[in-house]
Amino acid sequence: MAVKLLLENAHVEGIRYYEAYRRTGGYRSVEKALKMTPEAIVEEVKKSGLRGRGGAGFPAGMKWSFIAKPEGVPRHLVCNADESEPGTFKDRYLMEFLPHLLIEGLIVSSFALGSNATYIYIRGEYAWIPDILEHAIDEAKANGWLGKNILGTGFDCEIYVQRGAGAYICGEETALIESLEGKRGNPRIKPPFPAVKGVWDRPTVVNNVETLAAVVPIINMGGDEYAKIGVGRSTGTKLISACGNINKPGVYEIDMTISVEEFIYSDEYCGGIPNGKKLKACIPGGSSVPILPANLLLKTAKGETRYMNYESLSDGGFATGSMMGSGGFIVLDEDQCVVRNTLTLARFYRHESCGQCSPCREGTGWMEKILKNIEYGKGKMSDIDLLWDIQRKIEGNTICPLGDAAAWPVAAAIRHFRDEFEWHVLNPEESQRRNYGLAHYADAREIVAA
Amino acid sequence: MTIYIDNKPYEAKAGKNLLEACLAAGINLPYFCWHPSLGSVGACRQCAVKVFKDEKDTQGRLVMSCMEGVRDGVRIGVEEATAKAFREQVIEWMMTNHPHDCPVCDEGGSCHLQDMTVMTGHDYRRYHYKKRTYKNQYLGPLINHEMNRCIQCYRCVRYYHDYAGGDDLNVFAAHNHVYFGRDKDGVLQSPFSGNLAEVCPTGVFTDKTLKEHYTRKWDLTMAPSVCTHCSVGCNITAGERYGKLRCVVNRYNEEVNGYFLCDRGRFGYEFVNSENRVTQPLIRGRMSEAVSEEELMHELSVLLSQQKLVGIGSARASLESNFALRQLVGAGNFYAGISETEAYLTRLIVQVMQEGTLHSASLKDIEQADAVIVLGEDVWNTAPMMALAVRQAAMKTAANNAAAQLSLPAWHDAAIKELVQTDKGFLANITVAGSPIDNIAQVTVHAVPDDIARLGFAVAHELSNTLPALANADEKLLQTARQIAAALQQSKHPVIVSGLSCVNSAVIRAAFDIAAALNNTHWKASVAYVLPECNSMGLALMQAPSAERIFDSSNANDMTALILENDLYRYLPQATADAFFSRCSNVIALDSIHNNTTEKAQVLIPAATFAEADGSMVNYEGRTQHYYKVFIPKEGHIKESFHWLNSMRIAKNNRSNGHGLSLDELLHEAEIEMPVFEGVHDAMLSPHYSIHGEHIPREPHRYSGRTAMYANLNVSEQKPLQEEGESAFGFTMEGFKGQPPADAAPFFWSPGWNSGQSVTKYQQEPGGAFKGHIPAVQLFHDKVDKAPVFFKDIPEAFVARKQKWLVLPQYHVLASGELSSYTKALASLLPEACVVLSETDAALLGVRDGDKIRVHPGTTALPVKVHLSLANGVVLISAGLPGTEVYNWGDWVKIEKE
Ligand SMILES: Cc1cc2nc3c(=O)[nH]c(=O)nc-3n(C[C@H](O)[C@H](O)[C@H](O)COP(=O)(O)O)c2cc1C
Ligand code: SF4
Ligand code: SF4
Ligand code: SF4
Ligand code: FES
Repeated sequence: MAVKLLLENAHVEGIRYYEAYRRTGGYRSVEKALKMTPEAIVEEVKKSGLRGRGGAGFPAGMKWSFIAKPEGVPRHLVCNADESEPGTFKDRYLMEFLPHLLIEGLIVSSFALGSNATYIYIRGEYAWIPDILEHAIDEAKANGWLGKNILGTGFDCEIYVQRGAGAYICGEETALIESLEGKRGNPRIKPPFPAVKGVWDRPTVVNNVETLAAVVPIINMGGDEYAKIGVGRSTGTKLISACGNINKPGVYEIDMTISVEEFIYSDEYCGGIPNGKKLKACIPGGSSVPILPANLLLKTAKGETRYMNYESLSDGGFATGSMMGSGGFIVLDEDQCVVRNTLTLARFYRHESCGQCSPCREGTGWMEKILKNIEYGKGKMSDIDLLWDIQRKIEGNTICPLGDAAAWPVAAAIRHFRDEFEWHVLNPEESQRRNYGLAHYADAREIVAA
Repeated sequence: MTIYIDNKPYEAKAGKNLLEACLAAGINLPYFCWHPSLGSVGACRQCAVKVFKDEKDTQGRLVMSCMEGVRDGVRIGVEEATAKAFREQVIEWMMTNHPHDCPVCDEGGSCHLQDMTVMTGHDYRRYHYKKRTYKNQYLGPLINHEMNRCIQCYRCVRYYHDYAGGDDLNVFAAHNHVYFGRDKDGVLQSPFSGNLAEVCPTGVFTDKTLKEHYTRKWDLTMAPSVCTHCSVGCNITAGERYGKLRCVVNRYNEEVNGYFLCDRGRFGYEFVNSENRVTQPLIRGRMSEAVSEEELMHELSVLLSQQKLVGIGSARASLESNFALRQLVGAGNFYAGISETEAYLTRLIVQVMQEGTLHSASLKDIEQADAVIVLGEDVWNTAPMMALAVRQAAMKTAANNAAAQLSLPAWHDAAIKELVQTDKGFLANITVAGSPIDNIAQVTVHAVPDDIARLGFAVAHELSNTLPALANADEKLLQTARQIAAALQQSKHPVIVSGLSCVNSAVIRAAFDIAAALNNTHWKASVAYVLPECNSMGLALMQAPSAERIFDSSNANDMTALILENDLYRYLPQATADAFFSRCSNVIALDSIHNNTTEKAQVLIPAATFAEADGSMVNYEGRTQHYYKVFIPKEGHIKESFHWLNSMRIAKNNRSNGHGLSLDELLHEAEIEMPVFEGVHDAMLSPHYSIHGEHIPREPHRYSGRTAMYANLNVSEQKPLQEEGESAFGFTMEGFKGQPPADAAPFFWSPGWNSGQSVTKYQQEPGGAFKGHIPAVQLFHDKVDKAPVFFKDIPEAFVARKQKWLVLPQYHVLASGELSSYTKALASLLPEACVVLSETDAALLGVRDGDKIRVHPGTTALPVKVHLSLANGVVLISAGLPGTEVYNWGDWVKIEKE
């Protein structure tokens, strides 16, 4: 049985509300943290090895220690709840069912960072969740965990929920800041970094929902204990939102020591592929990360078992590996068409580009059109090289990482499934009627066994 | 410092970015979103180059050259293969959705996108899909909108919104469907909208007035010219074809207008093509038939032999023409065609400036000021580009502070804007009735002129307690004065802006005292006095009495008046002008457009407009600038006034040796007669100037159709239009093929750079001084060691009078010039003339918005507009709008309900 630090009480009756939450040990970390110094809290988070759960995996404690502290200037903590990456819905689960866990994490983190006004920026489509969060905030306030002079320590903190208007790009931290300031959500050019000049020019830390929730167990158990869970630089537990062709889609808390195979096939997690179909491919970390064919998913290129953690998922680099990303685990069975899947993603990125820089704005549109042609049997062989060329020139040459995020899925699809693209080109009529399917990908389990 | 571009060493200036360094080094590196006046945001990704760690690094790192500062010894690769391929790819991306219809695009032939496309070598399209299309918007009569051509460089918004402060143009939508325009169709509200046509590197925003009589840049005959619509004297390039003036575009001048113009200046050129032009000499009584020049001269020599000859000079005519008139009638009979009040106030300013104890601020000085006080001047409406400069001062001071905080380079617009947020540098905008720049001012005061002057003197006292304090001043005023003084004391180079729009000499004196008080400890402040017309300063320097002073003489009857390019009814109240004409037995008028004064003329002589003339003007700061003929009008009788006046001088003196004074000779004569003008001829490229014996061509070498152009009239090749030694410029495409002196370039062009952005090739560095720049001829000289003589004469606080109102002019940004309203497009944007009253006064008179009232003395009834922050006891009346009349500005009037 795996360790559960975040979702342990997720099924407790009434856990969404203060009473049940407090009864099961909620807000203990605030009591503890407010007796510590802010520096000591930052130190615990550093020791925990907690990495940002928003996608980039940047060590949270280190980020916190970068925040500038100019005299007399307020600082802000912003919780990034814009969760809009296709395949990723773990933050939603946390906020919907365990709102107090997030609020608790926010209070402790706000204290550590000296933020008296903390913001939750939530994606517009999560229309019902702000009410849940605001209710939890009211309850926390009514019980003295928020507001003025919390627990008599002299620390004041308010948490505000700000709804986004539905743009994926507003999850990028600097676009989020722009949007929070009431402006068009275009990413900023760094420097200056948010830690120096963020919201309204004030030092700002932006963290993911899950990152901030994880601060609660870290304070409760101590950073060192937390770091003992997991493996290597993948400490603690991680929420994975699993979807696609699996028997049990949902949000799972894993301790990053399990293998990918176990995660897909074990009944504790995804429960295998429905209808006895075979595993074809998987996007293991949200739509932005490279897709992996079954063989490279379950084992690394070196033939070692691949595990559900930061290091192992990225083993092999982009040539043969992928990334942990934001933990959106998308499984494709043998009936799925990679071209179509890539087209869907390309459409998403085209639509979500802020339109600021040319490679992303124009490149994503062009890629979508080419993919559409290939998918509908109108492609040419040269289109595949053209696609490759376009994505190569987008990658690394844009203002924000959305450009990369748009390029990587296309690159990986061509890298690993070029034959499938070619088949579409060579069989224009058939490609409109049926998918390329598994073709000559061997059954994944056989590969593992071999 | 030294940088290495493709392994060759170049000198580079610290504080610049790599793109600027490459351009300064003469390297062709394509770019879109960067602009010398707008800085870098790194959006288009067009300017990519490789940066190498050291000599051994062959891999390098692809960077945006506009986003990286120069470092000593940095090695960059412009020609490096991946960088080149990437730049070509960026153009290909842009082109995926660009319509590729250059032949029907107004930008074609002077298009930055065309230039950059060719520069990258992109020539084959791999994109085979439908292009994105947009709906265009109606943006008013000045600017055309064709969104399909957009390459999303964001320059328009960054210029219009961020730089010029307009709030009705922005970027909408997202991804590959971003849209640049207004929230809905409608007239662009900023009076600086015309610059969009030049800032936009494609054909999205273009000049709609040009569209009416469209001509490609390469088919224009062009000359360096100067805007004649206000006293700033922005530099322009004007272009002609088939005898019609087609357009006016910015001509870069580092110290004056930089890269921009106001809409009055850019679009106000159509009077040149007006049907209302005076095209031939006319003699009253023989109105319908053309008069030959012999007949005219005969008639004139009779009139000129009259005893009481007076000449009325003009604030919008050239120095040369004014001087020629003065020589013709004699200095004692030469008057300025302006009111006595205006003459008095301009003389005061001349006196102040000639003292030399204050530096006269150029627009560049204003832009770089770290504190600006606008004392009483409605600068937005009287000198629009100066208002834009004031805005830049406020924005740049904040930007510099922000940049210093994080040691960011000044060009890093993206980062600096985030840092600046809503901060502004110090601006105190003190006006009678407010102004659009109030919204960027830390201190705004709306008050009557005397109280504005009192506030000014209070500031001066705060700065130097040897200056008198205000007697019985209210605490609020003193508080404001202290706030302003504190900001001024901290500033390093403040500018005080004032002028004539208050029609109040105390305001002018107070502005002087503030600046002089600031200079007490060390010389740091400068001052800018806005004058009413393009050559008001030139005329004022001639020290002629005002036309009203003619009445002083007891025998001012039966006069023969020679009126130079001047509608007296625009400068004097109708009654005064009528009285003047009633005392004239003969009126000879020289003008380009029929007006109320030409109606009074016995003899009317067709004068050239600026576009058909050579001439010099002195702008508000004492800078002499020369403009050159763009074309010779087909109506052969139209000539520069000074030509006519020269001929008259010959006729009058009964000299038959025919040859009048050339421009050169005239200016030399003026310099001898009036030493204040010493050096003015240096502002002009000598008519004898040539390069390797060749003229500077007014036409680009791609000028087309010259043998066919007038073939319907005459098939033989045209004779040269001018004589040798008449001008440094030729009316041909032949002549010197290299770069002409940048300060007098008829147009900007460089191989591979057809658009206006080729100006970079004429500059020492992008946005800097011209190569081989000739220093401006400045008629006021700083005398740093001279002690200022303070005025110290504080007026009494304003007291409203019973049943009487102080009347002041309310100018309009597009129309206060006499000529600009002849452009139909501009005229259509002008509001109805009105009378502005305070709420209390309106209630007192029992009138509401729109009710008509009559002002005495005056003739027309005008609608009322109630103003919420106007002081009681003052009335503002539209000036310069069609149908408005002139009042005794600054005097007391009565008001009566219609
Ligand atoms: C296009 C784009 C979208 C992003 N969306 C999200 C998001 O929805 N939620 C999130 O937490 N981080 C998102 N990020 C990452 C954030 O920029 C930022 O790195 C993160 O919020 C930092 O939090 P962490 O350190 O706790 O992971 C996005 C990044 C990019 C480039
Ligand atoms: S990469 Fe895309 S989303 Fe990011 S700034 Fe550029 S256009 Fe906007
Ligand atoms: S309209 Fe012109 S200036 Fe504006 S973004 Fe498009 S191309 Fe650039
Ligand atoms: S009207 Fe004045 S400010 Fe406008 S362009 Fe002409 S000279 Fe410049
Ligand atoms: S000019 Fe450098 S990115 Fe646009």
